[in-house]
Amino acid sequence: MFETLTDRFDGIFTRLRGRGRLGDAEVAEVLREIRVALLEADVSLEVVRDLIERIRLRCSGAELSKSLTPSQQVIKVVNEELTATLGGEAFRLAYASRPPTVVLLAGLQGSGKTTAAAKLARWFKQQGRHPLLVGADLQRPAAVEQLRVLGRTVGAAVFSEPSDPVEVARHGVAEAERVGRDVVIVDTAGRLTIDEALMDEVRRVSEAVKPDYTFLVVDAMTGQDAVRTARAFHDTLALDGVVLTKIDGDARGGAALSVKQVVGRPIAFVSTGERPEDFETFHPDRMASRILGMGDVLTLIERAEQEYDEDVAAKAMDRLRSGRFTLEDFHEQLQQMKRMGPLSSVLGMLPGMPKEVRNAQIDDRDVTRIEAIIRSMTAAEREDPAMINGSRRSRIASGSGTTTTDVNNLLRQFKEMQRLIRTPAMAGMLARPGGRKQKKRGGRVTPSLKDAGSLN
Amino acid sequence: MTVVLVVVIVLLLVLLSAGTVVTVRRRQADADGAAPAGLRRRRAPEAGAEPPSRPTGVAGAEPGAPPAGEVVGPPGSEAARPEAPVREAAEPGAALAEEAAAGAGPPRLRDRLGRARDLFGSSLAGLRSRGRVDEAAFEDLEEALLLADVGLPTAGRLLDALREQVRAGQVEDSPDAMVAALRADIAGLFDGEDRSLGRAAEGTTVWLFVGVNGVGKTTTIGKLAAAEARAGRRVVLAAGDTFRAAAGEQLELWAERSGAGIVRGAEGADPSSVIFDAVQHAAARGADLVLADTAGRLHTKVNLMDELAKVRRIADRPPGHVSEVLLVLDATTGQNGLVQARQFAEAVDVTGVVLTKLDGTAKGGIVLAIRAELGLPIKLVGLGEGAADLVAFDPEDFVSALFE
Repeated sequence: MFETLTDRFDGIFTRLRGRGRLGDAEVAEVLREIRVALLEADVSLEVVRDLIERIRLRCSGAELSKSLTPSQQVIKVVNEELTATLGGEAFRLAYASRPPTVVLLAGLQGSGKTTAAAKLARWFKQQGRHPLLVGADLQRPAAVEQLRVLGRTVGAAVFSEPSDPVEVARHGVAEAERVGRDVVIVDTAGRLTIDEALMDEVRRVSEAVKPDYTFLVVDAMTGQDAVRTARAFHDTLALDGVVLTKIDGDARGGAALSVKQVVGRPIAFVSTGERPEDFETFHPDRMASRILGMGDVLTLIERAEQEYDEDVAAKAMDRLRSGRFTLEDFHEQLQQMKRMGPLSSVLGMLPGMPKEVRNAQIDDRDVTRIEAIIRSMTAAEREDPAMINGSRRSRIASGSGTTTTDVNNLLRQFKEMQRLIRTPAMAGMLARPGGRKQKKRGGRVTPSLKDAGSLN
Repeated sequence: MTVVLVVVIVLLLVLLSAGTVVTVRRRQADADGAAPAGLRRRRAPEAGAEPPSRPTGVAGAEPGAPPAGEVVGPPGSEAARPEAPVREAAEPGAALAEEAAAGAGPPRLRDRLGRARDLFGSSLAGLRSRGRVDEAAFEDLEEALLLADVGLPTAGRLLDALREQVRAGQVEDSPDAMVAALRADIAGLFDGEDRSLGRAAEGTTVWLFVGVNGVGKTTTIGKLAAAEARAGRRVVLAAGDTFRAAAGEQLELWAERSGAGIVRGAEGADPSSVIFDAVQHAAARGADLVLADTAGRLHTKVNLMDELAKVRRIADRPPGHVSEVLLVLDATTGQNGLVQARQFAEAVDVTGVVLTKLDGTAKGGIVLAIRAELGLPIKLVGLGEGAADLVAFDPEDFVSALFE
């Protein structure tokens, strides 16, 4: 059963291995799969079309014949194209020669502008600047109040007045000049692009303050609408960059690619959580992997680092290596793993998982069931499951509110896992503390159990 | 940390295989029982029946919520308001549906969306000009569906079914007929939905609003409060978002606008206790309904989802009865909307969806997948930031707008 899984890790490329050249038909098939992946990731249809065409051109003919692993070459090209589209030059903020540097935030309702404004203020402070926040959202109930509270939290002053957004913005900049603030961050109300009056209003705000930077704030979970919205704001305001929010979720974030492609301005910042410090500059390569569904290994590592207790993990390693991994150990590790989030989302971060595996949906209820079963066992039973006979199984089943079938399944799966741990390939992987990570750009980032020691 | 990664992967593989086995079994059972996979419990309609008792789970795990709520109603709201006659609805239903039926109140979805008279809509203009039903025509249809965020899997299923219908001669081989059939199929996905908003026969009805950050939970509550007030019913708002800056202030402004009472807690207070207090407050004053706000949260945050499950449990303690758990979903959301719905349904047993911001350019097509795969009814649609901008969901109008 695990052999089947490792085979499937290679997904659609398995049967292409060993071929010297990639013909047009194979490339087309690969690209079909890529198209599916990109659409699932919410990349805009027109951007997908564009991208696939560019990749097809790059993949045809001469370039591939040099490669020893043609299938890997295709993926490499895809990853490069995505990274290039997302990156290009990294965003560098250049301060205005005459302060203050004015930053304007715009976007749809609920995209996260106000929170981003406060985080930006904090970021500027870390750069040694003295920002002033201007609350020009007079539309949303208590929006200014929200900004004031956030301002207090990050230690930045907030200016607002109950007039109208254009006046507030104008007076805000004047105020910054008066008191010597060198950065002004103007928060505006969320608005629909088809609301002519409000789009005109934000244009007037922009004209009034002449921002040095206009950022479109985009929610990472936005779907096909991202392109329409980005275009409309860009036409109205001439954007300088994008702030991508809520990427701590599990949305693949194709909107980032779409917006970048259509607007042609860099993604300047990403918001990675609800706390003020959850704000950083953008990493194109990480995002590329995530969009492609190749697994955000770095995020996985990060989450594991944050939530998984190191000592508990080290202990698990010892026991796995020595082949003495018991149900007790399994239960303990489960507790740690659960802290990393819904398991289906953690699974989604594993690189190289073909669709069937990703879609298999680990049900967290199954995990609860497994835990209950283990808890209903005695210490001796957890230590030595072989002793669990029929009557014990019944007892465990009724004690945990499950069925004997469930108990049998768990015991069988666990035995299978123990067998797997003792196979040479697995032993190889387990035996190397800190083995090398085979993260070729675009290459197979899969923890293939056949490749002993490919994981860092 | 490499160690951890290896361990994690191994464990996941085990669980995955174990889980797959169990899942397969359950899916077969579901297929027999004809219940949509993922919908754990089907709520029985509450036509005057005893509210179903809820399993209390681990006894004593949650102490009775300590009073932490601070009651802030609009000044003089209790004394000044005349005893409004309580209108008995013929069956549980939103004030909105009643208003729509009475011909008054918020307009229908189609009016607000400026529905195209045209069968095709702008996204299918190319198709009509084809005149032939070939694979390219199906590609046009697929494109229109994808642009509406319907998603590949659902679009695929719909178009496969359509192909079959055309092949079997059930649908005429012309673009007109195809589009009409597709629209009917999509609208048909919503057949048999119970879109009513449930009210408890006894005790205090609680409607809980959940969802990720920024979708419009608070605004939706405000609009509903206004609608209920128009229908002459007493509402109490529970400021269960104790995390976000000025969330309580925002809700309070809505309370003022609609004349609803509101119960708030200190910032950072336990949301469960605030909502509990609101229920007590409502019960003591004979209010019909508690609309409970919660903080936006990403479904990937385990501790926050656990907190939400606890909020629901406590809100459901007598005299409170959680008749609706409404997932508020932003129409601009892409495929992640399905994941959100799945996770929230898992955590708190969602009873229906509110689709917001449909007045923009986004089509909200992800609700097709949510309906098809999770069986969740779409109950309400938000169409703006004003108090009247909330309507009942109408499948026909929605489908028309899908192809605008």
